[in-house]
Amino acid sequence: MARYQYEPFDYVTPPELTGQAGTRAPVIIVGAGPIGLGAAVDLATHGIASVVVDDNNVVSVGSRAICWAKRSLEIFDRLGIGDRMLEKGVTWKLGRVFRGDQEVYNFDLLPDDGHKFPAFINLQQYYVEQYLVERCTDFPDLIDLRFKNRVQSVGQDETGVWADIETPDGSYRLDGDFLLACDGANSRLRRQFGLDFGGRYFEERFLIADVEMQADFPSERWFWFTPTFHPGQSALLHKQPDNIYRIDLQLGPDADPEEEKKPENVIPRIEKVVGGRPFKLDWVSVYSFNCRRIDRFVHDRVIFIGDSAHVVSPFGARGGNGGMHDVDNLCWKLAHIINGTSDASLLDSYDAERVHGADENIRNSSWTSRFMSPEPGIEMSFRNAVLSLAVDTPFARRMVNAGRLSVPCQLDSSDLNSHDSDEFDVAMQTGMVCLDAPVRHADGRDDWLMRQIGGGFCLLATGGATIDPATLPDGITVLEIGSGRDGSLEDTEGLVAARYGRGVHLIRPDQHLAARWVAPTPGDITSALARCARIAA
Amino acid sequence: MTLNTEFNLGTQSDSLFNELLDAHQGLSLDQSSQMNAAMILLLMNHIGDPAVIRDAIARARAALDA
Repeated sequence: MARYQYEPFDYVTPPELTGQAGTRAPVIIVGAGPIGLGAAVDLATHGIASVVVDDNNVVSVGSRAICWAKRSLEIFDRLGIGDRMLEKGVTWKLGRVFRGDQEVYNFDLLPDDGHKFPAFINLQQYYVEQYLVERCTDFPDLIDLRFKNRVQSVGQDETGVWADIETPDGSYRLDGDFLLACDGANSRLRRQFGLDFGGRYFEERFLIADVEMQADFPSERWFWFTPTFHPGQSALLHKQPDNIYRIDLQLGPDADPEEEKKPENVIPRIEKVVGGRPFKLDWVSVYSFNCRRIDRFVHDRVIFIGDSAHVVSPFGARGGNGGMHDVDNLCWKLAHIINGTSDASLLDSYDAERVHGADENIRNSSWTSRFMSPEPGIEMSFRNAVLSLAVDTPFARRMVNAGRLSVPCQLDSSDLNSHDSDEFDVAMQTGMVCLDAPVRHADGRDDWLMRQIGGGFCLLATGGATIDPATLPDGITVLEIGSGRDGSLEDTEGLVAARYGRGVHLIRPDQHLAARWVAPTPGDITSALARCARIAA
Repeated sequence: MTLNTEFNLGTQSDSLFNELLDAHQGLSLDQSSQMNAAMILLLMNHIGDPAVIRDAIARARAALDA
């Protein structure tokens, strides 16, 4: 299998510099990583145009974000690249944790069936970016991708926002209504706005390497505490497509990044991990990490999203996945505000919900970091006690923290929800992202519930419940599962009824459950929708 | 549930206290520290009730200043 070929994207002189009339962009997106590109596609699916500017003209160099969680795959599916990612990616759901060379614990991240997407796939960030760039070209009237366009500064007033941009052909100003700062962990815009990036720096250094080799390692996540091949430290081995393996080695706080990056130092370390198999180095980096976020993600018309707003350690796969949660949460709200159907206050819920999500990610990844590199003394004693007890006692295995992997964020305390007035004794809870399940069309085609819920407001009737479409507000689609009426879908394995019960559910465009009833009145639905969408008066 | 701070060890209390000390005999401070940690984790899991465990942590910390 050939390694990834980096193809630079074309630079095109922007219209502002060829004497044409400048465009005013409803949304300016700064940064063409997975988050910026994902936001452009998401907005386009809602009919909102954007201009994406990036100072570079290639996809991510090195694999970087590789673990894409089930929820992110569902979001990517909504954006149109889910199947492509699934086909190319390495599917996995099992993690093994070793102490020394002995397995002490393993975890299955998706124990139940009936979901379109697996718990995780591994796919290099450069593929995700390439697929998203290609997907953007399906929206030529809505997405304007501008490579080698470097934002120098950004300004805003009550009428709009602007970016001063430098290109190989000179500088120009781009005007817009909103601007998304998707410019990553070292965000220039965050610095320009002088935003405090509060949190913690971890001194521990790690070596990350992608190696190409023929090996029969299974598609599992292997994590070692103090393996014999790397004494006293931790190690991670993870499979990617194209026979590329991710190897992550803890080096301690005193390692010299420049020295450790040299092939003559990297190669002997990798040789010990892979046990003498021949390999080629594809990418090497030495990193330390931060767990930080800015206080607020929304600054009037400038909105921070992804790593520019929050950063975590890599061990829970919560960086790229957390950023995709941001995209999912923000874009429908922005679209509704730009279209004039929702009040601008809907953006407050992006701040509240995603600050909540970022805090959850920061908390989990900080706990993992502390377990992996405890302070000398009593922290080390407790960490080692857990590892020792894990050999014989089941409870301690569950306490071994080698990464708590990204799971969907629960929005149970969101202001957009309406409280349950009826009792449901099922797995689904208000505020949760919908659980997938297999369904079947009347013509016999098999499908998935999540695909049918789609990306707009949806009223979902389950367990045989029905909805009278005549009494519904505008802009909401109706989906009946298992009612047997015309247009309804069959609950192929009974999993929709099992997971949702019998009732009617108001689903947000980001596929979270906002309200539910056993048998709602039209007024119940109208007021829950008004609450959730902050419908403009 | 709240943390039980009334006497709960019956007739075995002196014996248990001494068995705990005996178990540390001959250990380095590091080894003792790890054994204590294991002991706490085992008991914490057995108790299971977060409120009781949090109360125990707070009382143990406060006892430093007693």
